[in-house]
Amino acid sequence: MGRPDWSQGAGGGPFPGIYFKRVGTMDYFLELFFGGLTRGSIYALIALGYTMVYGIIELINFAHGEIYMIGAFTGLIVAGVLGTLGFPMLGILFVALACAVIWSAAYGYTVEKIAYKPLRNAPRLSPLISAIGMSIFLQNYVLLAQTSDFLPFPKLTPDFAFMEPLRSFVSTSELFIIGSTLLVCVALTLFIKYTRLGKAMRATAQNRKMAMLVGVKVDKVISATFVIGSALAAVGGVLIASHIGQINFYFGFIAGVKAFTAAVLGGIGSVPGAMLGGLILGWTEAFATGYVSSDYEDVFAFALLVLILIFRPEGILGKDSTQKV
Amino acid sequence: MKARWMLNVLAVLVVAVLAAGCGGESKEEASSGGEAPQGEIILGVPGAHSGDLASYGLPTVNAAELVVEKINAEGGVLGRTVRVVAQDDECKPEKATNAATKLLSEGVHVVLGHICSGATKAALPIYTETRIVCMSPSATNPPLTQSGDYPNFFRTIAADDAQARLGVDFAKQLGLKSIAVIHDKGDYGKGFATFARDFVEADPELSVALFEGVTPGAVDYSAVVQKIKNSGAEGVIFGGYHPEASKIVSQMRKKDLDIPFISDDGVKDDTFIKVAGEYAEGVYASGPRDFSSNPLYHVALEAHKAKFGTDPGAFYYEAYSAALALLNAIEKAGSTDYDAVVNALRTEDVDTPVGKIKFDAKGDAEGVGFSMYQVQDGQYVELK
Amino acid sequence: MQQIIRALLVSLWFMFLTFPILVIKVDTINDIIVWRWMNALYIGAGVLLLQALWHAWKHVHALRKEDRDRDAVAWAVLVCLPVLWLAWIATRNTDKPLHVADKVFMILVAPLWLVDFLRSPQDRQPDWHDWPCMILFPPSLLVRAYLGLFRARGEAVSIPGVEHPNLLQTMLENQKAMRPLYLLLLVLAVCYPQMVEFYQTNIMVNFMIWIVLGLGLNIVIGLAGLLDLGFVAFYAVGAYAYALLNHHFGLSFWYVLPIGMVFGAVCGLLLGYPVLRLRGDYLAIVTLGFGEIIRLVLENWSSFTHGPSGISNIDRPPFVTDLSIMQATEYMYYIMLGLLLMTIFVVTRLKNSRIGRAWLALKEDEIACQAMGIDKTKTKLTAFALGATWAGLVGVVFAAKTTFINPMSFTLMESIIILSIVVVGGMGSIPGVITGALVLILVPEWLRGVEEYRMLAFGAFMVMVMVFRPQGLVSARRKVYQYDKAKAVNAHE
Repeated sequence: MGRPDWSQGAGGGPFPGIYFKRVGTMDYFLELFFGGLTRGSIYALIALGYTMVYGIIELINFAHGEIYMIGAFTGLIVAGVLGTLGFPMLGILFVALACAVIWSAAYGYTVEKIAYKPLRNAPRLSPLISAIGMSIFLQNYVLLAQTSDFLPFPKLTPDFAFMEPLRSFVSTSELFIIGSTLLVCVALTLFIKYTRLGKAMRATAQNRKMAMLVGVKVDKVISATFVIGSALAAVGGVLIASHIGQINFYFGFIAGVKAFTAAVLGGIGSVPGAMLGGLILGWTEAFATGYVSSDYEDVFAFALLVLILIFRPEGILGKDSTQKV
Repeated sequence: MKARWMLNVLAVLVVAVLAAGCGGESKEEASSGGEAPQGEIILGVPGAHSGDLASYGLPTVNAAELVVEKINAEGGVLGRTVRVVAQDDECKPEKATNAATKLLSEGVHVVLGHICSGATKAALPIYTETRIVCMSPSATNPPLTQSGDYPNFFRTIAADDAQARLGVDFAKQLGLKSIAVIHDKGDYGKGFATFARDFVEADPELSVALFEGVTPGAVDYSAVVQKIKNSGAEGVIFGGYHPEASKIVSQMRKKDLDIPFISDDGVKDDTFIKVAGEYAEGVYASGPRDFSSNPLYHVALEAHKAKFGTDPGAFYYEAYSAALALLNAIEKAGSTDYDAVVNALRTEDVDTPVGKIKFDAKGDAEGVGFSMYQVQDGQYVELK
Repeated sequence: MQQIIRALLVSLWFMFLTFPILVIKVDTINDIIVWRWMNALYIGAGVLLLQALWHAWKHVHALRKEDRDRDAVAWAVLVCLPVLWLAWIATRNTDKPLHVADKVFMILVAPLWLVDFLRSPQDRQPDWHDWPCMILFPPSLLVRAYLGLFRARGEAVSIPGVEHPNLLQTMLENQKAMRPLYLLLLVLAVCYPQMVEFYQTNIMVNFMIWIVLGLGLNIVIGLAGLLDLGFVAFYAVGAYAYALLNHHFGLSFWYVLPIGMVFGAVCGLLLGYPVLRLRGDYLAIVTLGFGEIIRLVLENWSSFTHGPSGISNIDRPPFVTDLSIMQATEYMYYIMLGLLLMTIFVVTRLKNSRIGRAWLALKEDEIACQAMGIDKTKTKLTAFALGATWAGLVGVVFAAKTTFINPMSFTLMESIIILSIVVVGGMGSIPGVITGALVLILVPEWLRGVEEYRMLAFGAFMVMVMVFRPQGLVSARRKVYQYDKAKAVNAHE
């Protein structure tokens, strides 16, 4: 009675419809490769900010995805206002990016002050729950203040003529994302390696107490990390939303989980690791979709994650920290 | 020592007074909720009002409120005012049973909901047992009506199989031979797509090139698009909602894949055209017939624009129609009595934004013809 | 003065912060932009009010600790709100069940009560001059008054160097005082379905299901210290085990109940084995992945699990006669109450057993634990298996109760909620898990009246609890073995 018997999968088993037609061609491989590259760059762009925050206070910052969403929303609002004023496209892109960065950074700073700072010395799981609470709060805040509907996001990146022949592989907006991911990755690595603040960040991440003893203002450094991480999230938010073409309040949650996965895969706190983790995740999903079935793309992604972590428990580029006694 | 003892007594007294205050309040609540005062008809609106599916549930609340506002302004139903009681179920089965029992304790008379088929299935036994009419604007799973388990269930949207039939027939009409069937893994999209696949397979002239689910909310669908391209499909049938549809269509067109894209009611939404922009041109989607020539359609649209300042969201017109149908049935039945209302729903025609409808013995709406629409110059145009 | 300027600055900051999202509403579908300037004002005023309230509360709290001068302004602010609220109740129109003032009260004053209740130190006694205290903080006074009846017999020993117990903990540790309360609670629980509406019984069954889930996860996280973000997978295994066995073979609830437990335990072992080497957040992400894999398989393997459209018409637990839906829910309530009591009993015994102490040792320090001769592998695996057992058990109950399941009930969000129940309640503590489930499952259900702000308040509440009580509402207090030098010396002689 009422029991549907029409839900038979194509192959009957858990992996139906394994697909063989034209699979072997090089073109197909390249197309998937570039598809995975785009997807991986998107993950990596979010994961870069994530891994910074993550590395410094060892906190799974669930609210990072929400900061990214708020960045995108701020971009949308600014672009909407400027659009009615008749600004040129590139102008809108830059102003929207700037505003998104400013407000996201402000949100990151405030969230840290309210939800994480009082918990510096608390049991390890408390800031995690606080982060989850913050994530739920921010989601519903945007839901109530704006709307639950999907809103179209204006296309802010111009089309370059020279990209035309490569169209079936990479579009201009994808190029923007891949390019800015690379740029951010390099800049961040240099920043952490050579600037004063970067050194202070590394010191804080390694040992907070020692850093404090040698004169690092730990609270300020952590705040600065949140500000930078949130600003990066905003850049990602605007570019990615412009590429996808729509956002709603739930836009950040799945992206946040994926970015977290990428950050862990690459090794927590490692900037090149986050980049690599994102790309590997993107390629796994793309090739799983292309050669097996997109029904199970996430299963492959998570299975790969489990495998890598079993053989390298610190992630691919993570430092092997022997447990202190 | 004595002072401390007295202090304790005092503390207990203070708390007792406060508790009485609170208790008194909750009692008031119970009495105002438990038995609705005569003269008020309660329309329960359960659905996803928070979480990731909120954008499919909230338009129904808006529709119910607008209809009720209008009807109350005209003097109500049977001279009684109507009140909307919305309950959130997040599209989760267990929350749906909570929402349903909560509505019962509020003394609900008729229910407009739930939004998702799964939530509806979980809640329906409760309504069936307590003899409350339930009408969904969006639960499309065929067994809800076809199994005959739920005589109190009605819907203003066509079941998955009817829509899939239409989509497949249309694809055949276009002369397509090999079809890629894509869905969003949800109960709506996958249900539709499974029927579409079965119909295609049953037809000797057609073949399924690909049957795949995409992950809703994923950032990018280029891999699936490449796969469609390489499968040699001549057309795509997509089951799901407009956010995924617009992403897939945009990427298909960007990759120069100009094959027909046929979809369902979840995509026949103006938001889809706005989001997908130029890429939406030429997309086919099925939806209720005679939409824009219907005067009530414009009434519903204008009412939403006047109150909320925006275009309505998903399933708004179905919900608006369902609210009208339910309240009209109570009016015609002359009471909120279960048998009379069910009888009125099955016998009395009612004018709604989706057409002049009444319901068949199973609970599906009669008179909601479905036809295929195509996006032409940024607008859905009915194909005759 | 400086404080006022600071408060103003904070308000301004929040006005700036919320400016784009709250003030400008852009609708890119219709190209409409709405400016809502009033919202900025509301935020500014609201933040100011909150700060005033916060400062007042801090003053009063400090005042109750040490004998400071009374701060008239602080009292005035704190007393005004409840008095206004009472006045409102007395005079309002009773047609609508919940009004703005009620919401304000619930959002502003109720948390203050809670915070006060959980933070007020035990040794501080209220005196006659503290009359505003009595109006303001009745819960803590009530508990104190009740404990007063038992003080002579069950004195709590305060040990230097150990965290000072709060009022609730003092009460929970006072066995004599708790015994009548437990009895009362049991009687209430048994009579409950007879006294209230169908709806209340229904959500109470849900509540108990979540408590058992929390107790299960509490073994894994609270006792053994293994962060598991995919706990809902075991719940899903139990639920689908019953649904499928019932669907295909018509097995009844009572047979599947132990089968569900075994399935849960086996899955716990299967997950536990590969992740033995992982620690901390790496473990979290792998368990998260495992939970997602289970859900995705349920969603995609349509021929076996019926995919997203779910399995309907699952049998309720059989009874001698046919039951109406209300009676069936009542029956379910008693079954669940029995299972809950059994779980609490078993988990309490486990906690104080040899293996329970091994878990705690493992949580504190893995290396030291191994050095003491505890088999790490075995201990971790038993924690995973015994935790998952309870999830499998209530999974079966869940499927039987809703009679319909689909993968929507087993998402990452559910795992997160279970985790929150354990951490908000207080890790490792059984009353803590019950409190956690109460505030995270039952209170949001009761607050259905404030529908749209429910989830907003839920998130804010989680942050607040963690900020004010990082160790959870009712944190576990370890048993302290006191070492008395004099006695030890005596014993040797």
